[in-house]
Amino acid sequence: MGIESESSGAKAPAIRFETHPSRYKHWKLSFDGAIARLVMDVVEEAPMRPGYTLKLNSYDLGVDIELADAVERLRFEHPEVKVVIVTSGQPRIFCAGANIYMLGSSTHAFKVNFCKYTNETRLSLEEACSESDQHYVAALNGVASGGGYELALACEKILLCDDGSSAVSFPETPLLAVLPGTGGLTRLVDKRKVRRDLADVFSTLAEGVRGKRAEEWRLVDRSIPKSRFDQGVIEEANAIAARTKDKQGPGVTLVPLEVKRSEDGSKSKAEYKYVTLVVDSQTRVAELEVRAPEGAPETTAEALHKSGSDVWALRVFREIDDALLDLRFNHPEAGLVLLRTKGDPEAVRAADKALHALRDDWFAREILLKMRRTLKRLDLTARSVFSLVEPGSCFAGSLFELALAGDRTYMLDGGDEPPVIGLSPLNFGPFPMPNGLTRLETRFLHDPSAVKRLEGQTSLVDAESAAKLGLVTFTPDEMDWDDEVRIAVEERASLSPDALTGMEASLRFAGPETLETKIFGRLSAWQNWIFQRPNAVGERGALTMYGRPERPEFDWRRT
Amino acid sequence: MSSVVNSERIPNNVDLASDKKLQRALEAWQPRFIDWWKEMGPEGFQEDQIYLRTAVSVDHEGWAHFDYVKMPDYRWGIFLTDPVSDRKIGFGDHMGEPVWQSVPGEFRNVLRRLVVTQGDTEPASVEQQRLLGQSCPSLYDLRNLFQVNVEEGRHLWAMVYLLHSYFGRDGREEAEALLERRSGNPDKPRILGAFNEPCQNWLSFFMFTYFTDRDGKYQLLALAESGFDPLARTTRFMLTEEAHHMFVGETGILRIVQRTAELMKKNKNEDARAEGGIDLPTMQKYLNFWYSVSLDLFGGEISSNAANFFASSLKGRAKEESYEDHRAVDGVYPMDVPVTAGPGVVTSFRREEVPLRNAMNEVLRDEYIEDAQRGVDKWNRALAEAGISYRLTLPSRRFHRRTGIYGGLYFDVQGNVLTKEDWERRRDEWLPSEADEAYVKSLMTAPIYDPKQMANWIAPPKHGIKGRPVDFEYVKRTA
Repeated sequence: MGIESESSGAKAPAIRFETHPSRYKHWKLSFDGAIARLVMDVVEEAPMRPGYTLKLNSYDLGVDIELADAVERLRFEHPEVKVVIVTSGQPRIFCAGANIYMLGSSTHAFKVNFCKYTNETRLSLEEACSESDQHYVAALNGVASGGGYELALACEKILLCDDGSSAVSFPETPLLAVLPGTGGLTRLVDKRKVRRDLADVFSTLAEGVRGKRAEEWRLVDRSIPKSRFDQGVIEEANAIAARTKDKQGPGVTLVPLEVKRSEDGSKSKAEYKYVTLVVDSQTRVAELEVRAPEGAPETTAEALHKSGSDVWALRVFREIDDALLDLRFNHPEAGLVLLRTKGDPEAVRAADKALHALRDDWFAREILLKMRRTLKRLDLTARSVFSLVEPGSCFAGSLFELALAGDRTYMLDGGDEPPVIGLSPLNFGPFPMPNGLTRLETRFLHDPSAVKRLEGQTSLVDAESAAKLGLVTFTPDEMDWDDEVRIAVEERASLSPDALTGMEASLRFAGPETLETKIFGRLSAWQNWIFQRPNAVGERGALTMYGRPERPEFDWRRT
Repeated sequence: MSSVVNSERIPNNVDLASDKKLQRALEAWQPRFIDWWKEMGPEGFQEDQIYLRTAVSVDHEGWAHFDYVKMPDYRWGIFLTDPVSDRKIGFGDHMGEPVWQSVPGEFRNVLRRLVVTQGDTEPASVEQQRLLGQSCPSLYDLRNLFQVNVEEGRHLWAMVYLLHSYFGRDGREEAEALLERRSGNPDKPRILGAFNEPCQNWLSFFMFTYFTDRDGKYQLLALAESGFDPLARTTRFMLTEEAHHMFVGETGILRIVQRTAELMKKNKNEDARAEGGIDLPTMQKYLNFWYSVSLDLFGGEISSNAANFFASSLKGRAKEESYEDHRAVDGVYPMDVPVTAGPGVVTSFRREEVPLRNAMNEVLRDEYIEDAQRGVDKWNRALAEAGISYRLTLPSRRFHRRTGIYGGLYFDVQGNVLTKEDWERRRDEWLPSEADEAYVKSLMTAPIYDPKQMANWIAPPKHGIKGRPVDFEYVKRTA
């Protein structure tokens, strides 16, 4: 990854995504009944990589990993929490956004992955508001600039301290010649519905907007005088808490995943309970195996709560999520993921059905939402994904959804133990893609009735039927299988990684635009492009020159 | 022209009579300014006749016109030093280009911020000092306080002139906001920290005018170099007035030092407090406080803003012509930057070669410190002449800082690293304690309005004002 130059060859220590509040460096999480406070107090001298200091509550990936963990744990471990107040522990500054010197010294690939991850974290925070009845209130007790304001934009309410100096701002364009990278522009006009001309003025005004004007322009919900600010925040939080329903039962502790990692020649392996990830740096191919549950699923809410984070669906999707992040950040060269499953497809479908039946229970619902987020993470992972449906596999229901998220599916036709695939209720609604449609709806855009018909398809199907139903791409027989798969892999591995990223992203998200597709689409198109351009990162580009004594120089030709 | 906005009421050299845009802006703003002055200006003296200097033109005679006037009737004017023909920008990336007579669009926001930040300090200091008249040590000092106050008011006008003339609607809104913020008000504080500190006694007032107004001098000197010519010309004229404020501070402290020395000699234990004076250690604490909060006003030691201001040719160095390299692209400024392990814990210092442009705040601070030392030397000479061995000193620039690389860390007055606990335990050795505040206040309970009298804790000045005697009735009280 990023900080050292790409050509230095020195391998940076791997980035790990599991953490725990007891290990947070930059956030303080505290609880007062239904109200939690998530206080950002970034330690300057604790960057994730050496080479920059995290001044003014600016963040790097290390800070955001803690935030993502906090948002996730609040949902599972603290169902009693109805409102989360996000605020700053530092005077006069809420958050200055992503650390500029970190960005300036990172590789392009790292920056893109960093922005994608932070975007996913912000979306998970929004999802907590809309789906989990856990409402985030940004209490801006200081300046919120760039990513700092974007963090606020992800919250349901924004309260700004009116003290003459606290402002919200997007200084990216005027100061750095880039764009706010965490969905800021989209949220401004799409979510908060700030008038576009005012948004235009705001986005070119480095110092930002303060007080009443910020409220008038809809940039914040309320601007509150400093002397009444703390009280105003509490009142707002109490009001939201009062109209939010209670959830039953105590929280569910998310236990550590306890991954076993090993190296063997060019291969590195991560072994989870239900997932194995093997990455071969020689062939640039990653193999991701996902395994079915053993035994019967929990069919009552009591049993489900009792199993806690050991419930198969939660465990396996937490593991997939972790493996995807590992792949993204620690194995940038692995361009193709071969996805396999192992186990009894009926066991997967039984687990799906049980979970679906319990969906009114908050914990079951949280598990479904976690699965949904992980599947979106897969949609948004810039790697080719081929699923291989082989004998002994279990591409059914929620695990078949993995295949639907991927780019192609190869299913063996025939043999001694012909593989089968199947659907479950979870394929028909609980897991919308970023475009708001299910993966089946997106797949059958040309014929929405096909999805209806598939709902009646309750039995497992073999390759021939699967092909006929349009659920798989190719169905080679035993004679052809090895060669077909080998050639597909080798061919894919030979294509330009950039072209593939763009092609896959274009093909995966057919159908309507949503806030989410816009955010990631703009990220991959505009922000990434601008991030690459000489006006930002060239020798005299604004990002390069930031903090340096000279001023940037631009190539004035519009593209 | 309206009754309030005309060249008779508002002396100027900016051709107000034919500037419709400026007239219109001032018509709205001037009444608000008067309201602000009545609300936040000197409390209890608005009806009195004060012997004040008014600038009625920029020439030698006109800028120092003395007469009695009621403060709300003071003629706040708008003056720029005369233009220099063919003036060229003297530093930064635009060096050598003709100076700008209007605001370059790309610098509009940055310049407005600079003007607003400077402008905000002017009414702030009036607010900070508004109750001081009620404990004045003499009519001479009372008049000096009011002279400082009305001139801070005029400096506000100077900045408002720029906002009205060059920054459009935003400028007009900022000009109004300058009258809305209030020093020390948590909801509407003034922009910079030192201007929210209460200035509740005359010792603080003299320290403020010596140390904090001197920051103003250096900011004005740096802005006087600006490639934006109207700003450069405005600030140059302001500097002539700022000099008087520092004179008030320097001589005020000198007179306290002289009186304290006298009182010490009178007492067998050299105990100035026993004689109703301000002892030197207490003076040192007030010096430590106002000096350190004034150092903060220069901004961070390593600053991309400072680099940007310099690169953009908006804010130079004080007396830029005294430097050789006006682009300052290649130079470095070596700094020992504290290395911390956790909040407030300094483990060591790391030598950093800061690019010169990024160190411009520190360059300006260096000049300031050198200048500030001169007055301290004078006070110490007076102590030496009086046979007193105590000496006043400037504390280390690391001491009691809130911004920059030392902000939030703990150092003693020599600049040695302290732990938080040590700092808290020893704070009162270096900064005014509550007891010190109470003591200084106890000396200044009643104002002295009799021209023949002077408070016990301060010596009379050598000379009066504009050739008048020291016991001249500088303020004619109506009540």
